[in-house]
Amino acid sequence: MDLTHSDTDEEFRAEARAWLAEHVPRAPLPSLETAEGFAAHRAWEAELAADRWSAVSWPVEYGGRDAGLLQWLLFEEEYWAAGAPGRVGQNGISLLAPTLFDHGTEEQRARVLPPMASGEVVWAQAWSEPEAGSDLAALTSRAVRTDGGWLLRGQKTWSSRAAFADRAFGLFRSQPGAADPHQGLTYLMFGLRAPGVTVRPIGRLDGKPAFAELFLDDVFVPDQDVIGKPGQGWRVAMSTAGNERGLTLRSPGRFLASAARLAELWRARGCPDHARARVADALIGARAYQLFTHAAASRFLDGARIGPESSMNKVFWSELDLAVHETALDVLGAEGELAGTDWSEGYVFALAGPVYAGTNEIQRDIIAERLLGLPKGRR
Amino acid sequence: MRFLLDAEQLAFADSLHAMLTAADTPAVVRDWSRGEHASGRALWARIAAAGVFALAVPEEHGGVGPRPVELAVAFLELGRHAAPGPLAETVAAAVLLGETPRAKEFLPGLAAGTDIATVAAPTGFALDGDAASLCLSPTPQGLFRSATAPGVVRRSLDPARRLTPLASDGELLVAGPAGGQALAWTRLATAAQALGVGLALLDRTVSYVRRRTQFGVPIGSFQAVKHRLADAKTALEFARPVLFGAAISMRPADVAAAKLTACEAAYTAARTALQLHGAIGYTAEYDLSLWLTKARALRAAWGTPDECRDLVLADGLG
Repeated sequence: MDLTHSDTDEEFRAEARAWLAEHVPRAPLPSLETAEGFAAHRAWEAELAADRWSAVSWPVEYGGRDAGLLQWLLFEEEYWAAGAPGRVGQNGISLLAPTLFDHGTEEQRARVLPPMASGEVVWAQAWSEPEAGSDLAALTSRAVRTDGGWLLRGQKTWSSRAAFADRAFGLFRSQPGAADPHQGLTYLMFGLRAPGVTVRPIGRLDGKPAFAELFLDDVFVPDQDVIGKPGQGWRVAMSTAGNERGLTLRSPGRFLASAARLAELWRARGCPDHARARVADALIGARAYQLFTHAAASRFLDGARIGPESSMNKVFWSELDLAVHETALDVLGAEGELAGTDWSEGYVFALAGPVYAGTNEIQRDIIAERLLGLPKGRR
Repeated sequence: MRFLLDAEQLAFADSLHAMLTAADTPAVVRDWSRGEHASGRALWARIAAAGVFALAVPEEHGGVGPRPVELAVAFLELGRHAAPGPLAETVAAAVLLGETPRAKEFLPGLAAGTDIATVAAPTGFALDGDAASLCLSPTPQGLFRSATAPGVVRRSLDPARRLTPLASDGELLVAGPAGGQALAWTRLATAAQALGVGLALLDRTVSYVRRRTQFGVPIGSFQAVKHRLADAKTALEFARPVLFGAAISMRPADVAAAKLTACEAAYTAARTALQLHGAIGYTAEYDLSLWLTKARALRAAWGTPDECRDLVLADGLG
């Protein structure tokens, strides 16, 4: 049992802190769910990438620093504590990149990763369909075999970042009628401006186009953009889903920083009693999430893989994030209603947490069935 | 950084678990609740022989301490088996007296389990003063006198916790400011015990809902049942690292956070356990009650939720 970091790791942290202190924009960037904000965030990704801070855990050859898991956690703590902007490249960096490291070819990694790190190519995820949300096995969009590749047909929806992004990744049914709906799916990457793609932005609660519907009409995808073996997309996707729920998408640094900001806000407003318990619980919750992650990181360093316990992460961080923002709006009182503030923007974002990446109800089923061993039943 | 228990610590937990399982603690708890202390004293001796109290006693006084991480490991198992007696209070006495010139007189007996100690809370009651050979009572200045238990026992919500007022007219034993450190150790032990209580409640409930059928299927296949258990599991698994993080730092605010988190998680597990067991869970004769009532009692012992939150807000987390 040890919570101290090695000298090397602390030096890495200090270097990150110093770089961030010098480079983090003084004024917050405009919301990344607007065209202007998206461009500003792309420029920030390029600035990070120029000094190899955009994907620190990647190998040096793809623009990373070969940082280990612990260093990545320290970087994230420093990043969010410094008040640095939200990451527009996050879908690619935290979901597609780990998939490519596990299942991609050398050629795919060399072609896809460097422009992802620099923000030159921003990725959207295309998992959900109108009739398949958390039940990914119900996907009906198809990939039909053609010369040298595949033709995509169908519709994807709730595709985060797709309104302004360049490319997307998702699952398509390549063998319709397979006895097991998890079989016969293929994991593909495709261009959002390719012929046959129609992107219809969808306004989230505040009207900003945070996601989009994608209509795919015989969109050609060359074989080189298939990840893993055709027909085995489910297995490939599940390793990505583990990342999404678990460590990589929601690092503890983010919640430590927002709980600390909440405590500052609460003090600045005269420590109103009605929020006292919730502010304390937010601080403790963020600390709990950090320590839980440290334990998980220790298991990974011992050789464990991400397993069903990532579902506990997902339920915990999504509810913590929402609780922090709800408390902040309550502390702000009538001012909390104002749109466009850091807290109200964060609140709208946090509201989606319990819904996406597999609803929390699905996560609770996974916890009950796979961690507690309860029998499967009707959903 | 390797924030996991090592093989030796896991083996320590396993050996305590095996010993407490073999000791049939539910029967011991029921004896203790009636004021029959013989089986409890025998169990106490085995807990001490396993080295549990020695973890809070320095080597020069017959212990192996201070080792708060191992203490947390041990108390988690004690809670898991609902072991009765002033366990955390004996740790408190060891830490209080360890700072005094009288340490060598008292600590070897506490480490060896020949002495059972209790400490009155500032509110007045001590746990199991009728069973303790050494009672300590705080003065208004935060020092501690030896005390006697006049034989009055007030019942607790948890029948195994016998609350005794102390006559605090004895000798001044702790004349220095050891109270803060002792409180941190007591809170840590209580937090670990609560986490163990919660884990036991969850385990017992999971096996119950797998067995119990209604409408032709195990009730554990119903989503409403699963989701309550998933929430209890999540709360307990997030309390675990907070507990061990606090054991490493021993900062008062970290320990308070651990106490709050573990006790809230245990209470969630208790409410879930009662709801999912239905009427059988509401009976004293069914063993589940031994953990159900303790989850509630530990929540208020050595730091209410709000006292713990105030410490976190005042001192920040480490």
